Amino acid sequence: MKAAEVEEIQKKPKTRKTKSVEEEHPLEKWLRMDRMPHIWCSTCGIGTAVTCFIEAIKKTTLAREDICVVSGIGCSGRIAGYIKQDSFHTTHGRAIPFAVGLKLANPKLKVVVFSGDGDLSSIGGNHLIHTARRNLDITVLCINNFIYAMTGGQVAPTTPPTAIATTTPYGNYEHPFNLPALAAACGAVYVARWTALHVRRLTNSMAEALQKKGFSFVEIICPCTTLYARKNKLGSGLDLMKFYHDNSVIVNGADPREVDIQFQSEIKVGKFIDVDKPTYLDSYNTYMKTKLGDKFKPYGVTDEERQ
Amino acid sequence: MKADPAGVLTGVHYLDGDKACAEGGLAAGCRFFAGYPITPSTEVAERVSERFPYMGGMFIQMEDELASMAAILGGSWAGVKSMTVTSGPGFSLMMENIGLGAMLETPCVVVNVQRGGPSTGLPTLPGQADMMQARWGSHGDYRLIALSPNSPQECFDLTITAFNFSEKYRVPVLFMMDECVGHMTEKVVIPEADKIDLTERRYTKKKPGEYLPYAYGEDLIPDMAKAGDGHFFHVTGLTHDERGYPDMTWEMQEKCVHRLIDKIDKNVDEIFMIEEENMDKAEVVVISYGITSRVALRGIQLAEQAGMKNIGRMRLITVWPFPEKRIRELAKKVKAFVVPEMNYGQMVLEVERCAGGQCKTILVPHGGGTVHKPETIYQAIKEAYK
Amino acid sequence: MKYWRKPLDADRIKIPEGELHILRERCKGCAFCVEYCPKDVLELSHEFNSKGYHPPIVKNGAICVHCQLCEMLCPEFAIFCVLKNQKEPAHES
Ligand SMILES: Cc1ncc(C[n+]2csc(CCOP(=O)(O)OP(=O)(O)O)c2C)c(N)n1
Ligand code: SF4
Ligand code: SF4
Ligand code: SF4
Ligand SMILES: [Mg+2]
Repeated sequence: MKAAEVEEIQKKPKTRKTKSVEEEHPLEKWLRMDRMPHIWCSTCGIGTAVTCFIEAIKKTTLAREDICVVSGIGCSGRIAGYIKQDSFHTTHGRAIPFAVGLKLANPKLKVVVFSGDGDLSSIGGNHLIHTARRNLDITVLCINNFIYAMTGGQVAPTTPPTAIATTTPYGNYEHPFNLPALAAACGAVYVARWTALHVRRLTNSMAEALQKKGFSFVEIICPCTTLYARKNKLGSGLDLMKFYHDNSVIVNGADPREVDIQFQSEIKVGKFIDVDKPTYLDSYNTYMKTKLGDKFKPYGVTDEERQ
Repeated sequence: MKADPAGVLTGVHYLDGDKACAEGGLAAGCRFFAGYPITPSTEVAERVSERFPYMGGMFIQMEDELASMAAILGGSWAGVKSMTVTSGPGFSLMMENIGLGAMLETPCVVVNVQRGGPSTGLPTLPGQADMMQARWGSHGDYRLIALSPNSPQECFDLTITAFNFSEKYRVPVLFMMDECVGHMTEKVVIPEADKIDLTERRYTKKKPGEYLPYAYGEDLIPDMAKAGDGHFFHVTGLTHDERGYPDMTWEMQEKCVHRLIDKIDKNVDEIFMIEEENMDKAEVVVISYGITSRVALRGIQLAEQAGMKNIGRMRLITVWPFPEKRIRELAKKVKAFVVPEMNYGQMVLEVERCAGGQCKTILVPHGGGTVHKPETIYQAIKEAYK
Repeated sequence: MKYWRKPLDADRIKIPEGELHILRERCKGCAFCVEYCPKDVLELSHEFNSKGYHPPIVKNGAICVHCQLCEMLCPEFAIFCVLKNQKEPAHES
């Protein structure tokens, strides 16, 4: 179905209203239903990414109460408010350090940062690179809609060259970030990118990321209908999904440096990095043990585990 | 509750204020520390990084102060007493998340070893010019608690008090040291662990599914939960209802923000700590805090030697909330307040406001970089006595 | 189903049959489910829900294979599929 056809149907005046049906969606126990409907626009892909995340949790063996979700600020930043986990809606850019605090203070927790491209790579960019460098054991899920959506469509560090944003009204002339390359270069042990259309692969990647020990990063290319699509005359979110369908290529294992995205170019998706290396806490515990011997009290390790 | 002996370095020590502050934090049960180096506060972080490995604490040097402040909020929500330490420029960077701490009602301690400002100012020299920033630094309305020690011993003792207040009232407590107090070395007596009283966080007794993060009782302070306990709670920096859900209406704004203010304002009597001397017959009262209070002592002595016997001395230990009631009372009785401080007039504004024109208020300003000359304070007292 | 060669595991394969549930009031009419249903089971209705969107309706429920793609793609948690039964593929060779 073409977006134009959808519009066609939407234009047709009809008077009969549908009855509301009281049925329980299987995800309801994972969502804060008392906050629905959520704020996201029609054909925005953020909700789809949320579904994938919950399905990913279900695929893992993690205890549900151990999973915390931290978001920054933005349309994507609202995710924490809809997922029924211990969830924290923090400040713009600071979701990662807040998550670092949660994780280090209680290493038993599985801490997930779920936020936007601007939040994580612009104002929060310093935290992204350093937390990846330390291989701190958290999962970062980044909704990349190529724009600052919440504030009305300004240029982001991810906006492809020539794309229109409200602060690049004549098109973007900056060099954007290639987020998988950034995360990989800084030391992330798991890096993947999918679009919101790749629901199954995205779910699998999220599940792998959740179970990976160390800093895992999944970029989700996601339609923003109201701002990115509209400003660039790309149709609706459905058209963007169709674009992803026609223009994404799966290249698992690709060199992240080669997966940069140009305006309406091919989008390389896949799992790019999956390597092992000691996490921040493992390094700390092992190193300190060699330095301080028995006087050292290992951190985040129970007394039984130490025996 | 009593302190955990693992963190208490019982004994008589010769410590500077920074190290004493670190020891106070450890004795108070702080086990998560995130910070970024900045003179003259770095020694606190260094001391903690040296001590934590032996007691199962987690120290992390973050990438900046924005991160440090956010991280200690996270640490606190994971159920661990958390602190950070900084000085002027870093304090400025922490402001946004201090506001988040106020809004989420997150217990934590933020130490600011004040140096001369603005900007990079005087990195190695003292100042007291962040006092209003401690009050108003983050945007929006909120109330926090700020304490000001004047000796290494107090750096130890009051850091424990700071933690106790933060746990009790669920606020970030700002610990406003200055470079002199931070770097002066004096005798510090650390008692036995069972002599140190700690206020423990009040966790909810509600079962998962029943807990509302911002439901409160008479004392206006909601019970807390920590991440991982299965409550599946949500907290947000947006104006929120008792479920912790955003509700951006003026009615909710009124309810939500007003309580943040009331929970401190209504408990001022419990929070404010002042030291007073010679108040009965006082004609002139010298009000000071931090290192300046020690210089003021000499100024008062000089005045007394010159025959001015009725000089009261007040030292603010709690600086925020401000002891309004007490200043109002005194204003009716005395000729003047003399307020020496290492800035061009900050706490004096509060004194003046509370005095409400009933007596003179004389500022003894100083730009920082060194302490006042006692003679300057003496001259001001003389002026006030007229 | 018509095969050019009968699959070796044809006797073990069962085709699941799904039963669709559409929470019409929750739908925002994005048509992701309609567009990406591999079996073309759904179409947008001409009716409005009370938000003014056109929720999908089941055009041909009998051929739904319970792949749950519609459920995964829906950004509004407004459609889900439950397994009704599994049927033997009818072989024609
Ligand atoms: C310190 C600060 N600066 C600016 C803002 C305004 N702001 C809110 S969201 C946002 C951009 C969000 O972009 P992104 O992270 O990509 O999320 P999206 O809305 O696109 O999902 C900005 C600049 C803010 N809330 N805080
Ligand atoms: S503005 Fe864009 S990103 Fe935000 S909810 Fe709407 S479509 Fe989604
Ligand atoms: S479950 Fe699969 S086949 Fe059935 S309607 Fe949904 S997408 Fe179509
Ligand atoms: S995917 Fe969901 S919101 Fe979109 S049309 Fe289908 S049911 Fe409605
Ligand atoms: Mg964005």
